[in-house]
This record gives sequence, structure tokens and C-alpha cells, in this order.
Amino acid sequence: MALLEEISHIEVKPANKTEIGKLWKIAGLLLLITIIEFVFAFSLPEHWKWMKVSIFVGLTFVKAFYIISEFMHLKHETKVLIWSIALPLIFVVWFVIALIYEGGAILSVR
Amino acid sequence: MASTAIAEHSNKNLWDGGVSPMKASYGKLMMWFFLLSDAFTFSGLLITYGLLRYSHQAYSGVHSAFIPSREYWPIPEKIFDGFPFLHGISIPLAFVGLMTFILIMSSVTMVLAVEAGHRMDRKNVMKWMLWTIVGGLAFLGCQAWEWTHFITGSGKEGWGIDLNGDGILQAGVDFFGANLSRNEYGPQLFADLFFFITGFHGTHVLSGVLLNVIVFYQASVGTFEKRGHYEMVEKVGLYWHFVDLVWVFVFTFFYLI
Repeated sequence: MALLEEISHIEVKPANKTEIGKLWKIAGLLLLITIIEFVFAFSLPEHWKWMKVSIFVGLTFVKAFYIISEFMHLKHETKVLIWSIALPLIFVVWFVIALIYEGGAILSVR
Repeated sequence: MASTAIAEHSNKNLWDGGVSPMKASYGKLMMWFFLLSDAFTFSGLLITYGLLRYSHQAYSGVHSAFIPSREYWPIPEKIFDGFPFLHGISIPLAFVGLMTFILIMSSVTMVLAVEAGHRMDRKNVMKWMLWTIVGGLAFLGCQAWEWTHFITGSGKEGWGIDLNGDGILQAGVDFFGANLSRNEYGPQLFADLFFFITGFHGTHVLSGVLLNVIVFYQASVGTFEKRGHYEMVEKVGLYWHFVDLVWVFVFTFFYLI
């Protein structure tokens, strides 16, 4: 109880309505994209395989962008922090290209 | 304090010390760089999936007549088409979609907890942390069902392994489901990767839930009010969003494509 008395003077600021509204909007957008992916998975013709794959990958990166920039707040950090996180991921891009190519090579000698 | 530090060092390089060039605390920066390293780990796993998938034949037959075989990589939506309480009905990807929904929602409740923390609003931090914990537990429950379903098998006609024969789809079927050495759904590696990738992600969710419980407890006993800030909620929040982010990629690369 002593603790509660000690902290009772802490001032609670009122809720930031615009900020909270923005967060719910982003959440709605993420859910909408997931629903679009789900619908596309079954409505687009099967022989559009690579078309579908590129749409799904594109939409995934849109979702990732919103989660990282808004939910994780990275967009509002300093530039040097943004680049410190973003630049090392170049290695992942190289890794994807190298190993998918490698996978095709393994298939061709199997 | 910070302003005096900047004044003292104003003639020097930004990186000579005494100021925070990234304007973030040590703890938050270290969480970011840990997450970067964790992103490499998950990239390694998902890229391995890509490599092994493209080193196998793709299924080339009619989509609706798909039956698994060791000869080609399965179509994920043909494998993951179950839903709890609706046994025998094929609802492709619906359950994974639900899991995605749960995790995104728990990510939203997490940002709302962080927002309440900025305002020193202990009651709302507790409320939203509790919802985040509920979301995390719901996701883990879904994953437990998903694994059970995968391990016990489809029971579908024409599926299953004959242990006396080499391949899948033999007359005398006596094994359904999958484990680390047998797999009803296609090449063995498909099951191994399923267990490894979703299992590794599930472990992250589990540790995220534990961290959320600790932060919820600390918020409720007033630790952060005594400390004067709710930064710990932000740090654990970063981790929780990362777990959600990874699931977005797992959803696409494991289930959708």
C-alpha cells in the first residue's frame, strides 16, 4: 500500500485519439491484405503460377513494411538507425538469389 | 542532462561519446540488433526451404486431382486444409488465415500497450498487455492443433504410406501423418522443414508470451511507475512485433506459395 500512495501522484495523460486511430487503421490494412491474399489464392487461375507468386511476395513486403515502420516505429527513428537495420539485409537478398539458383542446379543433376 | 551533454560536445564529432547519435536507449538498440540477427536466422531457414523446394520436381498434374508422392513437392494448400471441429471437410488455408488474424490482432494490442505506457497509464498498459498475452496463447493453441493434425495424418482416401513399399500411395496403407523419418505428404524434407520452421517460430511465440507475462506482472505491481517510464513495454513490444513479422513471411513462403 505504501507503494500505491507513493505513485498515486503520477499524472496519466489523456489518450491520443489520432495516434490510436492510426494504429487501428494500419491493423485494418494488414488484415485486408491478408484477406486479399487468401482470395487471390483461390480465385486466380492455376496456370498463373508465377503471377500469383509475385503478387503474394509483393503483398508480403507491403505488410512487412507497415509492421516494421509503424508498429515497430522504425520510420520515426533517426536515419542512421534505420540504415543500420536495413542495410545488412542486403545479404539476405544475395542469399535468396544464390540458393534458389543452387536449388535449380541440384534439380538439374538429380 | 542530455541537453548539457550535447552542449559540452557540440564542437566534437557526433560519435565521440556523451550523446546518443541514434536517439535511442542502449536497451532498445540492443533489441533492434538482436532482432536483426534473428532475422538472419529465420531468413536462413526460409531460404533453405526455397532451396530444397526448387531442388525437387514441382507437381505438374491437374490441381484438383493432387495426391502426394515422394517424387514431387506437395502443394501446401492441399496439405493444410483442415479446420477444428470440421473433420473431413476441405477448407484450404482457412485455419492458417485465422492464426495470422490472431497474431496481427495481438500485435495491435501490443502497440496500444506501448501507447498507454507513453502516457503513464498503468491500467491501460495492463489491459492491453493482458489481451496480447491472450492472443499469444490462442496462437500457440492453434499451432498445437495444427501440429497434431499434421502428425496424426489426413486419413484421406488414396493417401498414406505402405511401410512395405517404397513410395507413397500403395495398396496396403499402414501409416498416416508425418514425423521426422516418415512423411505422408511428400518428400521427407517437407515434413522436417515444417517441424523446424513452424517449431522455431512457435518457440519464439512462447518466449514472447513469457516476456509479456513478466512485463504484465511488473506493470501491475508498479515497477515501471517507480522507474518513471514504460520503456520495457516498448522493448518487449519490438520482440513481439518481430514474431508477428516472421509469421507474415512463414504464411507466404510456407503456406501460400
